[in-house]
Order: sequence, then structure tokens, then C-alpha cells
Amino acid sequence: MGQNAFTNTGKLTRLIFRLDRIRIPLWIIGLAIFTFIVPPTFDGLYPSQQDRDAITSTLANPAMTAMLGPGDLENYTIGAMTAHEMLLMTAVITGLMAILLVTKHTRADEEDGRIEMIRSLPSGRLSYLNATLAVTSGAFLLLTLVIGFGLFGFGIESMDLEGSLLYGAALGGTGLVFAGVTAVFAQLSESSRGTIGWSVAILLGAYLFRAITDLSNEALSWLSPLGWVTKAEVYSSNNWGPIVLMLAVAILLFVIANYLNSIRDLEQGFIASRPGKRNASRLLQSPIGLAFRLQRTGFISWAIGMYVLGASYGSIFGDLESFFEGNEMYQQMLQLSEGASLVEQFIPTLMVVISLIATIPPIMAINKLRGEEKKGRLDHLLGRAVSRSRLLGSYLILSVVNGFVMLSLSAIGLWSAGNAVVENGMDFGMLFGAAFVYYPAMLVMIGLAAFLNGFLPKQTSLVWIYILYSFFVLYLGNMMQFPNWVGQLSPFGHVPQVPIEDATFMPLFILSVIAVGLMILSFIGFRKRDIAN
Amino acid sequence: MSVLEVRNLEKKFGKFTALDGVNFEVRSGEVFGFIGPNGAGKSTTIRVLLGILKANEGEVKIFGKDAWSDAVEIHKRLAYVPGDVNLWPNLTGGEVIDLFVKLRGGNNKSKREELIKKFDLDPTKKCRTYSKGNRQKVALIAAFSSDADLYILDEPTSGLDPLMEKVFQECVLEAKNEGKSVLLSSHILSEVEKLCDRVGIIRQGQIIETGTLNELRHLTRTHILVETKQPIASLTELKGIHEVEETEQGLSFQVDTKELDIIIRHISQFGIVKLESAPPTLEDLFMSHYENKGEREVGGVR
Ligand SMILES: Nc1ncnc2c1ncn2[C@@H]1O[C@H](COP(=O)(O)OP(=O)(O)OP(=O)(O)O)[C@@H](O)[C@H]1O
Ligand SMILES: [Mg+2]
Repeated sequence: MGQNAFTNTGKLTRLIFRLDRIRIPLWIIGLAIFTFIVPPTFDGLYPSQQDRDAITSTLANPAMTAMLGPGDLENYTIGAMTAHEMLLMTAVITGLMAILLVTKHTRADEEDGRIEMIRSLPSGRLSYLNATLAVTSGAFLLLTLVIGFGLFGFGIESMDLEGSLLYGAALGGTGLVFAGVTAVFAQLSESSRGTIGWSVAILLGAYLFRAITDLSNEALSWLSPLGWVTKAEVYSSNNWGPIVLMLAVAILLFVIANYLNSIRDLEQGFIASRPGKRNASRLLQSPIGLAFRLQRTGFISWAIGMYVLGASYGSIFGDLESFFEGNEMYQQMLQLSEGASLVEQFIPTLMVVISLIATIPPIMAINKLRGEEKKGRLDHLLGRAVSRSRLLGSYLILSVVNGFVMLSLSAIGLWSAGNAVVENGMDFGMLFGAAFVYYPAMLVMIGLAAFLNGFLPKQTSLVWIYILYSFFVLYLGNMMQFPNWVGQLSPFGHVPQVPIEDATFMPLFILSVIAVGLMILSFIGFRKRDIAN
Repeated sequence: MSVLEVRNLEKKFGKFTALDGVNFEVRSGEVFGFIGPNGAGKSTTIRVLLGILKANEGEVKIFGKDAWSDAVEIHKRLAYVPGDVNLWPNLTGGEVIDLFVKLRGGNNKSKREELIKKFDLDPTKKCRTYSKGNRQKVALIAAFSSDADLYILDEPTSGLDPLMEKVFQECVLEAKNEGKSVLLSSHILSEVEKLCDRVGIIRQGQIIETGTLNELRHLTRTHILVETKQPIASLTELKGIHEVEETEQGLSFQVDTKELDIIIRHISQFGIVKLESAPPTLEDLFMSHYENKGEREVGGVR
């Protein structure tokens, strides 16, 4: 093997670069916009140090630390503020970008037989993998520079060149680490879904682990790659050590992926395929049974994930409570809304994040229909006595149930952990209600995904952009003081803030009506369009 | 009586016209061969027949029902095998067969087992591990173990070995003997010749010829090799003579089959010493249609 394993890596790099010439710039532009709108806004909203110090008092609590990571609250300049509020979340999205980009050119290309074609040409055994990694690394280097120089370009006093470049490098470095993680799972797992699933699990795991250790024992946060992002202390002490660590880990992971790739066969993973059932179980023998079977593993993993997410947030309620007890000023500040306990004040903020994450698996469930169509497998069903309505209906039911389960499990997780750590226990009904006011908004998203599937099947991924938008405006909403309509463009912006507010009937009813309307329309569209692959 | 009727079918993908007025029918109890060059529109036609694509223009009826609006009813009596069988990688072959049979509504356990044995398939393996031929077998077993009235097969044997090809042919003939109808699209001419009662040839989205093989043969040329005592006078002036060539064995030429009688009468005046004739092969037939020159003969038998 030796040298030959890398033959033509250069040409393949160019090929992949060409294939991704739209996708990569879009990601970078998206992340750049996400980042660049923040510092000028903060500068406008909190011009003086006093303004900023005032707001630190609402941020210096465990719930915020769990969500955003630790920040330099002592010296809360515009730079420190931007890094504290934005960097970790942007890093998570960058990790997601790495996972999707790398999966596309590793397991997904392999699964679809494209790598087989490449291998039949005079190209090395490891060339395609390394071409992918080269393009991805290039993309993250570019991201680092764009973000670094871009932030510096605002000319804000506290945002010097070194800090800005470090900000960019923390993002680029996170991208490289997760490119490495994905490259390894692309070798271990046998499918692109599995690759994405495992890598996202590591990403979320890293986030949750950091959340818990940031509260309990900050030193342990060094074990999570996302912990390194905040340890870089961008715009305060500017610590480059974590970046070096990211590079080292990324290179190590790249080497491991190469090694694994070199010792396995094409289109195989590391778990050998066992013989399966000779006959189909009763459950499998219907469109809905099939649809469920195809998503079973993903469903179970997400279900566990949502429970863990809920429980992780729940576990900080105890810290919150003791924190408030020793903080008189806080108690006075929050007395404003009556009837709700101090801990309960934070529930809506948590719930909006949880419910948006819980919306991901049901959207995946409904979009799977389009995925099956693209692989030409709907023909097998529609070519038999299965009507289009029944097919769409099956996926829709699964998706709606999926969303219900995900929301329930996160509420149960929140309650089971919260109840254990909060002194007088927590009311399950209250938590469940606080979660389920988001269900109609989630249904609107599912309805929209179904609608796109019916009328604009090539554009089904638009729904992800809408979810990202919702996340963005609601996550940043309070901080950035957006005008109301910005948040209300998202269905999640209309949800009453239970338990601080009452669960008013009207908005929930209207959301439900819109959801049902979209779903009905989706059937009309799906019934009269071509099924294409 | 026809089980399947296509009238003036037109299908556009954007500006591109894939089907441009397709007309044909499949009669009850016959095996209809559907052939034509790559990209001619065979799979597109079949996908319209299945109600997977919506026609822009024209009428498609199966069992007297509309292929688009009554798709589900029709599919209860129809079995389909695609050429490119894409299955779910994490289900086993056995599970997929059961699922397919169940979705049609039939249930014939003994037939299923018999076919699994005949096609020599291991149904406990995951689909991801199957070869192309094995994936095709899964689709074929599912189709033939269901009790359908019409089989629509789109290049069902492109991945089968000769032994399995034979099993497939038996299955088709068995279905035919039971009075079932079959629409078979294929590039394997020997298979078409063996199985099909009638064929339709499609090119650039139009049916350019339909008929029995015998009828179609009349539209092509017979190869003739003769040796005569005297040189044949004014042979080239006769209608339907092509590619005359002087060889060591004698005079070789091709004759439009419908002019054969007149030509032989003419030659016989010069004292035939030796006469060899070769019927047009199916290959010749198709070549003449697949190539653009084929237009010369269009419109004979309908
Ligand atoms: N979804 C589509 N969009 C655009 N063009 C299409 C689409 N599907 C098919 N076509 C075009 O329609 C024409 C007919 O294609 P079709 O698949 O029916 O050919 P075919 O006769 O089955 O060929 P083959 O023998 O190669 O299977 C081709 O030119 C093809 O490119
Ligand atoms: Mg075809």
C-alpha cells in the first residue's frame, strides 16, 4: 500500500470542492451572519459598562452557566459578552456543520455506490477520505479567518485582533474535532444515518457533560471538546491552549479514521451483519409498520437523548435554588411575577430550547418519506395496494406521535431530576403543562414539513431553516431586544410562557388549526404530484 | 379483450417530452414485450402505468380503470418488478418479501417457499448484503408468489445468471398458462423472442411498431445467397433488393421479406444451382428500428 493509498487525493479534493462549492459557502455565510449581527447590537443596547454590569446579575446563575458556559462576568466588555452569549452555541452549530459535511462524502457516498466508482479509477484506497478531510479542513480554516477578521473589522474596542482570531479558531477547531469524530464513525457505522446519529450523540453528550461539570467541577469540563471552547476565554485572557488541544485531537481522530478505513472492506462497517428473520413480523407488514421499523433505532436513541437532556437541565434546579437563597437582590428582582417559585421563572427559557430540540426527531420522521422517495423505494409500496394518502398518513402519524413522546420524555426527565434535587419537590403537572404548550407549535412545524413534501418536494429542507430561525430569534430574543414581530414569525414565538403566564387558549388553538390545515393541504399536494427519484 | 390500454399518452419533464403520444394495449392472457433503446421511455411509461407519475395528456386504463385515480384498486391485482431494485438495507430478504406480499393483499405461503427454493435465495440475509441479482430475486419472488392478474416487469432479469434467467422464464410461462397477462420490458432479445406473443417497439417516446414477432419479421429483410447457371440480369432494378455483393460462394443480397416471392420467381429463370436463405434475426429486426434508418419501414403492421 504505502504511497499508493493516497494516489490522486489532489484531484479528488478538487472534485469534492466543486461538489460543495455552494454548500460550504452557505454554511460559512450563515455562521458569519449569525455571529456578526451580535456585537453591533450589543454595542447599541448596552453602550456603557454600567449597562452591561447590570445585565450580568441576570446571567450569573447556574441555569445560564449550564446553557452558555462560564463567562468573564467580572469584566463584561462587549467582546466578553459576545463570547459568553454566542460562542458556545455557534460552536455546537459548527460541529453540526462538520458532521453533515463529512458524512455526506464518507458514508453517504459509500452507501450510494459512488465511492465504488471512484475506487475503480486509479485512486488510492484512502484518497477519498483524505480529500474529504482536506476540503473540510479548508472550510474550517476559511471560517476561522472570516470570523476572526470580520469580528475585528467592527472596530469595537474590546475586540482586538488576537481575541477575534481566537474566537474564529475556537469555532474552526471545534469543526475540525467533529469532522474527526464523524470520520471515525463513518468507518464504524454501516449507514449514513448511523454515522450522523452517533456523531450528533457525541456532540450533544459533549454539551451536556460540559453543562454539568461547569456547575459541579470545572476541571472536569476539560474532558469535553465543547468545554475547550469556553476555556479559551476569548476576549478576556485569550488562552490558545485549548485550540492546540483541538488540533491535536482532530489530527489523532483523522489518523484513527484512516487506520480504520485501511483495514476494512468497502461498504462494510465493523459490526458484522448477522442473519436476520426469515419472515416478517406482523408489525412490519403495513406501511406504518415499515416506516416505524426503518426509524426504530433513531427513535429510541432520540428518546433516550431527550430524557437525558431533560434530566440534565432538571439537575441544575437544585443549584438554582440554593443560589437564589443566598441572593437577596435576585429575589427582589424576580418578585415581579407572583405565584411562581424562583425556579419556575426559568422554566420557559429552558422549555423553548428543549421543545425546539424535541422538534428535530419528528421532522426527521416526516422527511424520511422524501428520503425513501429519493432512493426509489416508494415505488415498491405505491406499486402495490397502498394509496398515497395511507403512505403520507403513516409517516404523519409517526411524526406526530414521535413529537409527543419526545416532549413527554424531556418533561419526565426534567421532573425526575428536578424533583430529586429541589427541596420541596416539583409538581409534575406543572412541568408537563409547561412542555406541552409547545406541542401545537411543534405540530405547525410538522405540518409545514408535510406541506413542503406535498407541494415542493425538492425543498423539504426549508423547514430546517425555519427551525433554525426560530431557535435563533427565541434564543437571542431577550438579549437582543428584537421587536416582537421577529419572534412572532415563528410558531414558537406565540406560545404562552407557562408557568409564569397562564396557558391561554387562543394562541394554542390557532396554532393547532394552522397545523391541521397544513397537514390537510399536504395530502392534496402529495396525491397529485409525481413520485420521482 | 385488453387488460391494459394506453392512448395518446404524453409525459413531459419540464420542457423535455419523454413520452410523445404512446399507444398500445396488452391483451388478456398474452405476454407483451416492450422494447426500445436506452432512454426511449419504457420505464417512464411503466411508472405512469403504476400511477407513480402523472400523465400530462392521454388515457391509461388497466382492467378498465384509470391508472392514476384508481391506482390502489388496480394494484391489488397487479405485480411489479423494477429493474433497479433498491431495498431497505437493514431488513432481511424474507421480511421484504412478506411485506410486499402483504401490501398487495394476497398471501400464498407455499408459493413463497417454493420460489425461494427455486431462485436459491437465502431469505435470512440483510438486504445490504445482497448482490444485484439477489435483490432482483427478492422482487421477483414477491411478484410471482402473489396471485396477480397482470405482471409489469421492467428489465427484471438484468442481473440474473443464465440459470436463474431460466427459472424466471418458467415463472412467466407458468403465469401465462394460468391466463395471466404480462408486460415485459427487456433488452435481452432472446428472452423476448422466447416469451412474448406480441412486442411493441418504442423510440424517442413514440411506439413505432407493434405486432407479433411474425408480423414484424415481414417488415425486415431476408438474407439470400444464390448461385445460378447464368448471371442474373437486372437484379438491382427490382424493388426491395439491398446490399448486393459478389462473393466466392455466389451472389449475396438482402430482400425485403414482403418482396420475396417476386424476387425468387425472377431468379429461378436463370437456373438455380444453390440457394441459401437466412431468416431475419431478431437482432436485425431491432437494429433496423433502433437505428435511425428504421424510419423507412415505419407504419406497417398495427
Ligand atoms: N424525472 C425525470 N426528469 C427528467 N427527465 C427524465 C426523468 N425521468 C426520465 N427522464 C427522461 O425520459 C427519457 C425516458 O427515460 P426512461 O427511463 O423511460 O427510458 P428507458 O426506455 O426506460 O431506458 P432504459 O432502457 O435505459 O431503461 C430519458 O431521456 C430520461 O432522461
Ligand atoms: Mg428503464
